[in-house]
Amino acid sequence: MTPHEPPCNGAARTVRLVSAPTRPADLLLRNVHALDPRAGLDGAHDVLVRRGEIAEIASAGSLSAPRGAETVDGEGRHLLPAFVDPHVHLRTPGQEHKEDLETGTRAAAAGGYCAVIAMPNTAPVVDSAPILGALLDAAAREARVPVGFMPAITRGLQGSELTEMAELRGLGAAGFTDDGRPVVDAGIFRRALQYQRLCGGVLALHEEDPSLSGKGAIHEGVVSALLGVAGIPSVSESTMIARDCALAEYEHARIHIQHLSARESVAVIAAAKARGVAVTCEVSPHHLTMTDEDVRGLDTRRKMNPPLRSEEDRQALVEGLRSGVIDCIATDHAPHARDEKEVPFEQAPMGTTGLETAFAAVYTDLVVPGILPLGLVVEKLTSGLGLLDLFVPTIVAGEPANLVLVDLEAEWVVGESGYESRSENCCFAERSLRGRVLLTVAAGAVAYRERSTILSVTSSAGQR
Amino acid sequence: MRHLLSIEDLTRDDIERILDRAAAFEEVSHRDIKKVPALRGRTVLNLFYEASTRTRSSFELAAKRLSADVVNFAASGSSVEKGESLKDTVLTLTAHSPDAIVIRTPYAGAAALVASWTTAAIVNAGDGKHEHPTQALLDVHTLRQKLGSLEGRNIWIVGDVAHSRVARSNILAFRKMGADVTVCGPPTLIPRGIEALGCDVRYDLDDLREADVVYALRMQHERMDQHFVPSLREYAANYQINGRRLGPRQVLMHPGPVNRGVELSGEVVDSPQAVITMQVKSGVVVRMGVLYEVLAGARDERSAPQPTEPQLA
Repeated sequence: MTPHEPPCNGAARTVRLVSAPTRPADLLLRNVHALDPRAGLDGAHDVLVRRGEIAEIASAGSLSAPRGAETVDGEGRHLLPAFVDPHVHLRTPGQEHKEDLETGTRAAAAGGYCAVIAMPNTAPVVDSAPILGALLDAAAREARVPVGFMPAITRGLQGSELTEMAELRGLGAAGFTDDGRPVVDAGIFRRALQYQRLCGGVLALHEEDPSLSGKGAIHEGVVSALLGVAGIPSVSESTMIARDCALAEYEHARIHIQHLSARESVAVIAAAKARGVAVTCEVSPHHLTMTDEDVRGLDTRRKMNPPLRSEEDRQALVEGLRSGVIDCIATDHAPHARDEKEVPFEQAPMGTTGLETAFAAVYTDLVVPGILPLGLVVEKLTSGLGLLDLFVPTIVAGEPANLVLVDLEAEWVVGESGYESRSENCCFAERSLRGRVLLTVAAGAVAYRERSTILSVTSSAGQR
Repeated sequence: MRHLLSIEDLTRDDIERILDRAAAFEEVSHRDIKKVPALRGRTVLNLFYEASTRTRSSFELAAKRLSADVVNFAASGSSVEKGESLKDTVLTLTAHSPDAIVIRTPYAGAAALVASWTTAAIVNAGDGKHEHPTQALLDVHTLRQKLGSLEGRNIWIVGDVAHSRVARSNILAFRKMGADVTVCGPPTLIPRGIEALGCDVRYDLDDLREADVVYALRMQHERMDQHFVPSLREYAANYQINGRRLGPRQVLMHPGPVNRGVELSGEVVDSPQAVITMQVKSGVVVRMGVLYEVLAGARDERSAPQPTEPQLA
């Protein structure tokens, strides 16, 4: 706590995570390999969920289903705390042809997520209380898993006037962001940092210097030179992060850096953390597993901002996760309609979907080859909302059930059986991945079942 | 070969086969009746999303001299201006069953993308700042006529390399033909990482004497608005190829159109060392060779007993 930390104004600072009404689960997960590093859990267990809460964790085969509870035989498969994502685009309001609250949260559930935070770069931008209020109401009807909203830092994402941040916080804003764009004007950004003392709420930042990025469409390096496509240099990101860390330090404010992509950025954040700046950061599954070499074919599904960078950058990001400089994995799930992406690369919008593939991509490319331990990946997939002072899913008796059952052996081809998301612009499309989500329990309710899992489910009398 | 999308895709054998055929077509250009029936009944569609007089008319002449039917489709004054997407345009035009589509767009990779949407053979006539393969082929053809072989020759490409598809295709083509390539220009117009194409990088013309061939690129006026160089005057002072800098035995090339007084001085444009009009002439025969390759050549392969590649719908 710094001397500048505002006095806690209880009601005004309650973040709202909203989902459609659900039926609390009564579920016995038998014979699962429960893994939750935070709870010190790593072994064969039975886990009983009653009325949406984790009621009991006992040794494998020791529990039997109470009357009315459904039994799922895990057959030794892994049960993890469900994942959370502080950075998704649900495209509502205004771009429902790409995604909406229902399809986006369905994709989240299918990826093993129990809560997501939606970005405000919609049409209109989420920058006023009426729009945020309407979104929260819509989420209460449509969302399959709890969803929170981060309104904009500046009106219309224009970078010139602050939004009514205190009122938005009062309505339950999860924080503030101009994601998709940087707050270019340092003076305006400084005011947002100062205003945080009144309203709280982490400022989540898309870091990029537009004068350096120019019309760039891919990472500036050998591949951009070969393709003749304008490049976005790594320093476009790292210089803005350095500036914003210095400002946050000066104002004793809290910032969260979104989608790190460059090794220079990891170094800047490591240095800022070392001197005590209240900064956290995230990395996406695609930046952890792919490089600009994967863009040689100019597949528009692999066009995103920040761009896929070099192999050295990718390795620095993996190392940043290992060392703790990088706090969490966030997907930056960014759906775009097929016809928007079926254009020449330089014309295509930036973004890839990611909710349904995050775990499998990281598991396949980083855990299976022994680069990162599964426990660390689970921690990073579950820590994102804790950084916003929300919750961290955990497998502990008495906690709400936020659980995901995964089959680590299952191999599947991305996109082969379609997507839950309305869009199909997935950068991992057609890749064969290992690790399949079979069942997701979010906020105490079953939010997703993989179709074939139904076969291994045995129901007690009276339950479907 | 089904399509000509880039020099990167070609082997030295491919380049030599196309250019040998172009040399054979050279004779046609000298006839009174400049026409052979090689592609009679075939339709070639020119789809140009960027202004082009030379390249388009060169392709048109090439197709007509091979007796193909030619349809020109320019983006201005068409459905494109009414907001039709590239894919919809290509699907619409494909309904007319063209045998080949010659396409120029301002976007890298667009020709390859179009190839995935149509059964027609695609010839890339320039995709953004990526490649302009027929320009590189006609430049190699010109040099083969002028010098015999490119093997071991030293070629300097001078100017705005960053925004030049000609530079990229030519670096690759000259390297594949055995030449050493140096690119030279203002540091602001040499893209980071260009060495990966196999060329050297210089920022001044001090060692220009090393070159057997000097290939000047067009300095586009719109680059001035983006402040890549302080002024055209300063550019010319440092990078203009003029009588003082050009050695007596060096061959001078330029893809056209020339900005006299900027990248080239008037005296060198008009000197016998300049092969600029020879390049234009090569354009027609090389494009005849390319159209023959993707239309008649492809048919020869298809009629051969090997299994054919599955065609993308």
